[in-house]
Amino acid sequence: MNNMKAEQQYIDLFNQYEELICRHASAIQNNPRKQAFTDFRKNGFPKKGSEDYTYTDVAAAFIPDYGFNINRLDIPVNPYEVFHCDVPNLSTSLYFMVNDAFYKKISPKVSLPEGVYTGNLQEFAEKYPEIAAKYYGKAAKSSRDGIIAFNTMFAQDGFVLYVPANTKVERPIQLVNIMRSDVDLLANRRLLIILEENAEAKLLVCDHSIDAVNFLITQVVEIFADEGAYFDYYDLEESSDNTSRFASIHVQQEKASNVVVNGITLTNGFTRNNYYVELNGEYAETSLCGMSILDQKKHLDTYSTITHAVPSCTSNELFKNVLTDSATGAFSGRIHVKEGAQKTVAYQTNRNLLATREARMYSKPQLEIYADDVKCLHGMTTGQLDDNALFYMQSRGIPWEEAKMLLSVAFTADVIANVRLEALKDRLQMLVEKRFRGELATCKGCNICN
Amino acid sequence: MLEIKNLHASINGKEILKGINLTVNAGEIHAIMGPNGSGKSTLSSVLVGNPAFEVTEGEVTFNGKNLLELSPEERSCEGLFLSFQYPVEIPGVSMVNFMRAALNEHRKYNNLPPVSASDFLKLMREKRAIVELDNKLASRSVNEGFSGGEKKRNEIFQMAMLEPKLAILDETDSGLDIDALRVVANGVNKLRTPENAAIVITHYQRLLDYIKPDVVHVLYKGKIVKTAGPELVLELEEKGYDWIKKEMGDE
Repeated sequence: MNNMKAEQQYIDLFNQYEELICRHASAIQNNPRKQAFTDFRKNGFPKKGSEDYTYTDVAAAFIPDYGFNINRLDIPVNPYEVFHCDVPNLSTSLYFMVNDAFYKKISPKVSLPEGVYTGNLQEFAEKYPEIAAKYYGKAAKSSRDGIIAFNTMFAQDGFVLYVPANTKVERPIQLVNIMRSDVDLLANRRLLIILEENAEAKLLVCDHSIDAVNFLITQVVEIFADEGAYFDYYDLEESSDNTSRFASIHVQQEKASNVVVNGITLTNGFTRNNYYVELNGEYAETSLCGMSILDQKKHLDTYSTITHAVPSCTSNELFKNVLTDSATGAFSGRIHVKEGAQKTVAYQTNRNLLATREARMYSKPQLEIYADDVKCLHGMTTGQLDDNALFYMQSRGIPWEEAKMLLSVAFTADVIANVRLEALKDRLQMLVEKRFRGELATCKGCNICN
Repeated sequence: MLEIKNLHASINGKEILKGINLTVNAGEIHAIMGPNGSGKSTLSSVLVGNPAFEVTEGEVTFNGKNLLELSPEERSCEGLFLSFQYPVEIPGVSMVNFMRAALNEHRKYNNLPPVSASDFLKLMREKRAIVELDNKLASRSVNEGFSGGEKKRNEIFQMAMLEPKLAILDETDSGLDIDALRVVANGVNKLRTPENAAIVITHYQRLLDYIKPDVVHVLYKGKIVKTAGPELVLELEEKGYDWIKKEMGDE
């Protein structure tokens, strides 16, 4: 019932404004719209209680009336004034996305190695039409999930990182997503990341909501790592209580590529993150990890599928959640080892800390293995802090609250340890500590930089 | 320094300590011996405020303060230290961070500013040498992957860092080979001053060959049943605890 009601309003909206949506977007995004619409009408939003959406009601999040910026009106904000990213030890090439529009007034102009492209989808598609057509929407199939279809139907802009073969981008790239609006707003973000053979780059994406209105975000991230490519994707959510985010990250890896995806939820409202990693070339390695600190009534549902399609690939998955008050979390991790994918190494770990009786965590590991010479391990625990450790620390003079904080930080330490950017690692350690102390300012600017 | 009067304590409703009386003065080393299950470790746990135990009667004053009213961390900052029989592993918390946090809490309690990074590292180096603790251990997570002997040395290292007024060594000798025992005992002796005191809890004579007690107590069935000078250690070693049991009218 909920689903039909939620879906119909967006079907009507699309029917009514399709022409306008297309007029303010490029052909690269307009071409797959019709198919996405067909898929959305067929599948709708994922139903609550269905296998992959047991604990998250998608339709309920989409029922309220949100503003849509179909006409692509400029949002009056200067992100450079809101954010001061000048910390010398984390000097990044900095870009902004305001709601779902790439912020074009980049200053100072960032210098990148020759051939590397960072910017908006439309311009990229004009410059490199073949590459854009080869990759856009190819990992994130709109038939896979109703939210991907939804995003593909409505997305009008996006951010592209393109690194040509044998090119190394030394300086980390940072994309700051700012949600800024005077009325409740729905944004459809799109990221396309392409690394050709032996290309190398690191991307840090930070999410912020700077207004107290309600935000609903759909986000589709496609990452293509060609043979020998080396890529890090750090996704740091520091949004607000009033932000609902439905994100999916699609990673396709070729031979001997190495990708780290690390999703950190420091502050949020209601979040669903879907990770789809496909290891399509031998000796590809992936490290998929994440952590969250959830309090009050916050919700985070992490879903992941790692597909080992060919032999000799390695995947390491590690997700940790700390829940307090009446927060809820869910983790569903599927590892799919296809027939013939021998010598697969796949590790999956999900550990959760519950600080109160009211906090809830639902965890579901799923291993589907169709090869017989593989090493697959999975482990899941949900529990409380170790009383013995707490007392031991107290007996050395450390107050209970402080001991609890130190143990909570320690609990998440291995997720932070997976960060391959020293300055970011240090910064994250500090942010996590601040978060546990309750000192983290939300939506007041970029905590990575301030 | 420490005065225990008629202390009764229980765990899960079962009374373990049945009226302990004990006075420890500055400069003294007291040994508490006794057979298994007599309440030795319970006494140390109660003194440092382990919440698993409930004090049902009696009082404890430590340097004029009512110890039983203080939280475990306050007891530590007041100068009480327990070398745990089973030191706890804390994965993810480095020894350095752990010790710095502890030391700075002690300093805060005494209205002192936090220790500077360079002074702290210098202090760590100095104190590590006392128990011959490897630098590698000091940079690892607290007790994680430490051998039994390393854990005990680490306890004495922490004691050296925090410089307690009263240290309780709970079976610090258990699980130690003879070399480690000597290192640990030497460490304790080096930390001895006329202003501080120690309670050494042990089963055996061997630790007391290195750490010479001034007073020896025998704890049995939750009460101190015998108190004498160091000669009592030898007598116990010779006659065994059965002698005590017989004297108490038990088999």
